[in-house]
Amino acid sequence: MSEWWTYRAEDFLLFSPRVYWRMFELHNATLWPLHVVTLATGLLIILLIAWRPETWARWIALILAILWIFVGWSFLWSRYATINWAAAYIAPGFFVEGALLLASSLLDGLAFDRRRPAGWIGYLILGFAIAGQPLLAPLQGRGWAASEVFGIAPDPMAIATLGVVLLARGRLLPWLLPIPVLWCLMSGMTLATMGEPQAWAPYGAVALTAMAWIWTIIRQRGSLPAA
Amino acid sequence: MVGLGTWITFNVGNDPVLRDECADVMAAFFEAGGRMIDSSPMYGSSQPVVGYGLQKLGRPPALFSAEKVWTFSATAGSAQIEQSRRFWGVPKFDLVQVHNLLAWKPHLQMLFPMKSAGAVRYVGITTSEGRRHDLLEQIMRNEPVDFVQFSYNVVDREAEARLLPLAAERGIAVIVNRPFRQGELTQRLKNKPLPEWAAELGVSSWAQLMLKFILSHPAVTVAIPATTRVDHVRENLSAAAGTMPDPATRQRIAAHVQAL
Repeated sequence: MSEWWTYRAEDFLLFSPRVYWRMFELHNATLWPLHVVTLATGLLIILLIAWRPETWARWIALILAILWIFVGWSFLWSRYATINWAAAYIAPGFFVEGALLLASSLLDGLAFDRRRPAGWIGYLILGFAIAGQPLLAPLQGRGWAASEVFGIAPDPMAIATLGVVLLARGRLLPWLLPIPVLWCLMSGMTLATMGEPQAWAPYGAVALTAMAWIWTIIRQRGSLPAA
Repeated sequence: MVGLGTWITFNVGNDPVLRDECADVMAAFFEAGGRMIDSSPMYGSSQPVVGYGLQKLGRPPALFSAEKVWTFSATAGSAQIEQSRRFWGVPKFDLVQVHNLLAWKPHLQMLFPMKSAGAVRYVGITTSEGRRHDLLEQIMRNEPVDFVQFSYNVVDREAEARLLPLAAERGIAVIVNRPFRQGELTQRLKNKPLPEWAAELGVSSWAQLMLKFILSHPAVTVAIPATTRVDHVRENLSAAAGTMPDPATRQRIAAHVQAL
């Protein structure tokens, strides 16, 4: 692209806020009452991490894998791509995240460690994605019909995964983080360009995740015995 | 002449309510005497939404279809134009433009033979927001383009220096995009009163005054404001009728808006 420095974020926004939010209304209307199932699944994930972290790790990864692939197909590929051609190129990223979570499940690559301080931030982010994000639409006057629900819409999906990653241990964690982070940054940029205050949600989730991640690394290095 | 742009406003996806609203805008556009609708493969679902509106309106014969080719690939242009044509549901396009000068050499080399073969009536090239005017000027001098499209409005007047005089000199038709800076100007002025002397031009809104400023430039052929509202499309088209500002009044309009 020539003279790329002359372009603003607004130049890449292909749709109006009205079209964007109506897309969620139509998506919700099409999939209702699946929301009840996905929200219950989200609550179940929190409960399983809190009460049976050793037993259910691979099942949590499997549930997330299925939901990432479902959201990638049903929302990005089938719906969002009709107003934003870039979404057709982003949807495969959701399928890759699903495949990585599936690999984590099959390889038993996750273990939940709720004692770490980062874990409490993980609970906060996960709780927001499941219980807080759906409230943003009615709180901002768009009504419940436009709510973004875990397992149905991409933002709560990505934010919840950041929370789960902070609650987990395992060698695959660094592979699970980039796609939810990139989605949150892209979504935050889209919302900010539309002048939507709720851009703080995906941006805030990334900022908290980064802080908790760095905090964990510093603590781990501090607890290592001197060579 | 006032046309109809589709950037953002017609990108409504598969939303049936918003598709019908776009068709209503198109109906009002044709009823008011409008002809040129301009779109691009870059504009998301705008092309199929235009096609939906045309089908619903029974393919108005007044339509002047203006499309673009927008791909980095030198070889994918003709397939893209064919895909666009299917979206519109027209036998052929009146005008195909190279969008934002992207891969302009191979696309022009493809479009000129298409024009000779009667597959397209006119060939054009576009840019927006004042970008790459030097290259555009070079193309206007060296290539037999029929149309050129760029941004020009009451505050963005760089085109007056070279592009507009060159278009007049070479007989190239000029399409003006972003006449309201993508709504920024109408938003900025909406609470300001129109100057009293604007009544002499028969205008009742800032949008009409700004369109008259553009349309009264002798080199401008058509401006293509985009809108989602039926009342706005009627208001926009009425700007092409009635008294047009003379050069002194054009300067007055520009100075007044700049001062606000």
